[in-house]
Amino acid sequence: MNLQVNDSRTVARGGGFFQEMLSLLKVNVREYGMYIALFVIMLIFSILTDGLFMSSRNISNLLDATGYIAVLAVGMTLVIVIRHIDLSVGYAAGFMGAIAAILLSQFGLPVYLTIPIILLIGIIAGLINGFLVASVGIPAFVATLAGMLIFRGALLRVTEKTGTINVRDDWFNAIGNGYVPAITQVGGLSLSALVIGAVAIILYILSEIRNRRNKIKYNFEVVSGSIFVLKLVFVSAIIAYITWILAGYNGISWTVVIMLLVVIAYHFLTTKTVLGRHIYAVGSNPEAAHLSGINVKKITYVVFGSMGMLSALSGILFTSRLQSASPTAGTLFELDAIAAAYVGGVSAAGGVGKVTGSIIGAIVMASLSSGMNLLGVGISYQYMIRGGVLALAVIFDVMTRKKRG
Amino acid sequence: MDDYILEMRNISKTFPGVKALTDVSFKVRRGEIHCLVGENGAGKSTLMKVLSGVYPYGTYTGDIIFDGKEQRFTSISDSVKAGIVIIYQELALFPDLSVYENIYAGNEVQRSGLVDWNETIVRAGRMLKKVKLDVNPETLVKDLGVGKQQLVEIAKALSKDVKLLILDEPTAALNENDSENLLQLLRELKQQGITCIMISHKLKEVMAIADKATVLRDGRTICTLDAAKGEITENVIIKHMVGREIEDIYPKRTNKNFGEKVFELRNWTAYDPQAGRNVATDVNLHVRKGEIVGIAGLMGSGRTELALSIFGNPKGYRLQGEMLVEGKPKTFRHPSEAIREGIAYVTEDRKGNGLFLIQDIKWNITAANLWKVAGGGWINENEEIRVSDYYKKALNIKAPSVEQLVGNLSGGNQQKVSLGKWMFVGPKLLILDEPTRGIDVGAKYEIYTIMNELISQGMSIIMISSELGEVLGMSDRVYVMAEGRITGELAIEEADQEKIMQFATL
Repeated sequence: MNLQVNDSRTVARGGGFFQEMLSLLKVNVREYGMYIALFVIMLIFSILTDGLFMSSRNISNLLDATGYIAVLAVGMTLVIVIRHIDLSVGYAAGFMGAIAAILLSQFGLPVYLTIPIILLIGIIAGLINGFLVASVGIPAFVATLAGMLIFRGALLRVTEKTGTINVRDDWFNAIGNGYVPAITQVGGLSLSALVIGAVAIILYILSEIRNRRNKIKYNFEVVSGSIFVLKLVFVSAIIAYITWILAGYNGISWTVVIMLLVVIAYHFLTTKTVLGRHIYAVGSNPEAAHLSGINVKKITYVVFGSMGMLSALSGILFTSRLQSASPTAGTLFELDAIAAAYVGGVSAAGGVGKVTGSIIGAIVMASLSSGMNLLGVGISYQYMIRGGVLALAVIFDVMTRKKRG
Repeated sequence: MDDYILEMRNISKTFPGVKALTDVSFKVRRGEIHCLVGENGAGKSTLMKVLSGVYPYGTYTGDIIFDGKEQRFTSISDSVKAGIVIIYQELALFPDLSVYENIYAGNEVQRSGLVDWNETIVRAGRMLKKVKLDVNPETLVKDLGVGKQQLVEIAKALSKDVKLLILDEPTAALNENDSENLLQLLRELKQQGITCIMISHKLKEVMAIADKATVLRDGRTICTLDAAKGEITENVIIKHMVGREIEDIYPKRTNKNFGEKVFELRNWTAYDPQAGRNVATDVNLHVRKGEIVGIAGLMGSGRTELALSIFGNPKGYRLQGEMLVEGKPKTFRHPSEAIREGIAYVTEDRKGNGLFLIQDIKWNITAANLWKVAGGGWINENEEIRVSDYYKKALNIKAPSVEQLVGNLSGGNQQKVSLGKWMFVGPKLLILDEPTRGIDVGAKYEIYTIMNELISQGMSIIMISSELGEVLGMSDRVYVMAEGRITGELAIEEADQEKIMQFATL
């Protein structure tokens, strides 16, 4: 699960092992804080539920239930990074899920055509938002609020006659409910899951070693050897543990695979490519970006277009999970996605926020729901507690930023 | 017995990784005008922020004694209550509110819990009279020039019963006339018993107005000079500021061989649809290879607007006329197209639209030419660190590493990052807009040296500047602008301050 690429070249050399670790923690307090918070939440729920929370079945369900919010949170991160907001994504997801259901069950289109069509519709819807914001100059809040109402109406319209539309396509339904085939069981564990986990660990270790070699080649500062090994062992252990948990139930679900692919793609896009850098430049200072030759309009289109595509993906995941499209699908998804992004450390002032952070934010919020459901906490308290956590995360964010500034 | 209104004793202040002030002592006598001078990053602004409570008690060490009492300010409102008002370089007015609303903003005249606007207007009128500003109190602030806005700020300070007025670079954005008025006003306020601390980089002003001048360098107090003893002279101040004697503020250039015309404007007119007027009218100018062309003129004469109309027209002016780059006619619809043709523009407002303050040095240096460190859209981060480290060393940017956030650097170092960013693009024509505004003497010299170095590599420079000394010291040829028109062109040999001012006020 951990996709963190750590930038800790600034950490001073010298001093003992613990001193170095402390200074690492200090520099990256906001980032590590989120992981620590997730760990604490999981630990507390595990204790309170006698281990039920960390059971294979629960974790597997939790991740599957996070999928359709997590992909929205990834797109929302970029929208907030460029100082905008998109309120239309919830009902857009609901509407496009319904269109997918109609294409599959009423027009009998195959899955391999339906999915690209839906994603394309999503991109077009996103570009319309981009047009209103970048070219017409309407505040994103208003433009996407209008979009939200329109999509809601459209969703009601297409489900008006039939009510809930059931999807009977097994391939499509597998996206939200199926698992990577186990091939065979090894001591009650899914072999495919174990293989995927092992490959992930090997790729992770190799890429870290390559990074380090490269830095040494350029004579840049790197963390000391012992810290480096500790980090490798620690992250590998986490991947191994999650793999072990998932392998004990049905293995790795297709939802988790899709979520991982989206996160990995967007993580690399935002941290390693020119396009990603330009997105953060526009968020950091739009005027300076413009005067640096960056096409601010184009970036705005790209970010809203990507948001539209991910809304469509979210709609597909949700429809497939429920095996049906309902007139209320997508309700409040946008707020869950925004909350996940803020818990994950994006800043409304622009230019700050990581895709990986938002995924962790989404998992934190989902863990809270899941844990409280297991404990039988009433829905009224659930909302209040999740609201409190959101406020706490942002308060923590503001405090650590102030200290550094 | 000396009557000190303010004593700051052994003030030390540390930021993460940087010691900004070390054991600074600073004493100001009641009723004097005390100038605070020093290079950028010497700690002047930090010291004033400590004094005014921006950095609250406890975040620094040392004592502040004001008006005979030890003070522990925890916020700006504490220091205002004590009678200390600070006016920053970037004015803190509300442009869409009227003059009287601005003067009493945060200090409203109240009667039984409601704002008494009539009384406010009357009192505001009195304050305006004190600062000799003859405008209707109901005028919107955005309709006033910078000089008058500055006076509104001072009126606002006076309305708060100020005992100690602190001005941070008050004349940086003012033309010579407004500057002279402001200095005159400060002398009169002094007669009324108001003590004044002024931070300034303009040494002529310091000499004209200061009773005392304290020099800071590298976060330490170097000395306090006394005008009465004849100690405040340009040479003495510069010597203490930089810790060395500067022979000449403007480094000499030996090779003055100009090549072909690199850039030319013919009958260039830019109409600003928002303002509903021409910001540049019928401009003809050219720049040759290896030439520094100065554009002088007063604030608001249209120089920045002219530069922007050349550099991809980000403000969307309607343009007429012809632009030639190396003899070929061009039109740019976006700054990126201008950059592709080898034109770069270093903005006058580096914090506002020049730099990405929340990002680090390497990020900023590669921002305009990211493709150069990227293969197929993928950024080579190691290569990025290598090139930005090269510019950090070449330009002598003072920071622990290229991963330092640009917002934490001093003005001079920020300007060097701006220059590095455009040097990395490698343009043919570099347009510098107020390249040394708000920068101290030492860093100025470094920037001039860099400019000469770029010229010797075959670049050409257009330098927009309000400092006549700089224009005369650095340019090979000077254009003077007034109200959007080129009113004069002078070879450097025939140019002097009087002639330029004549054309500028045509």
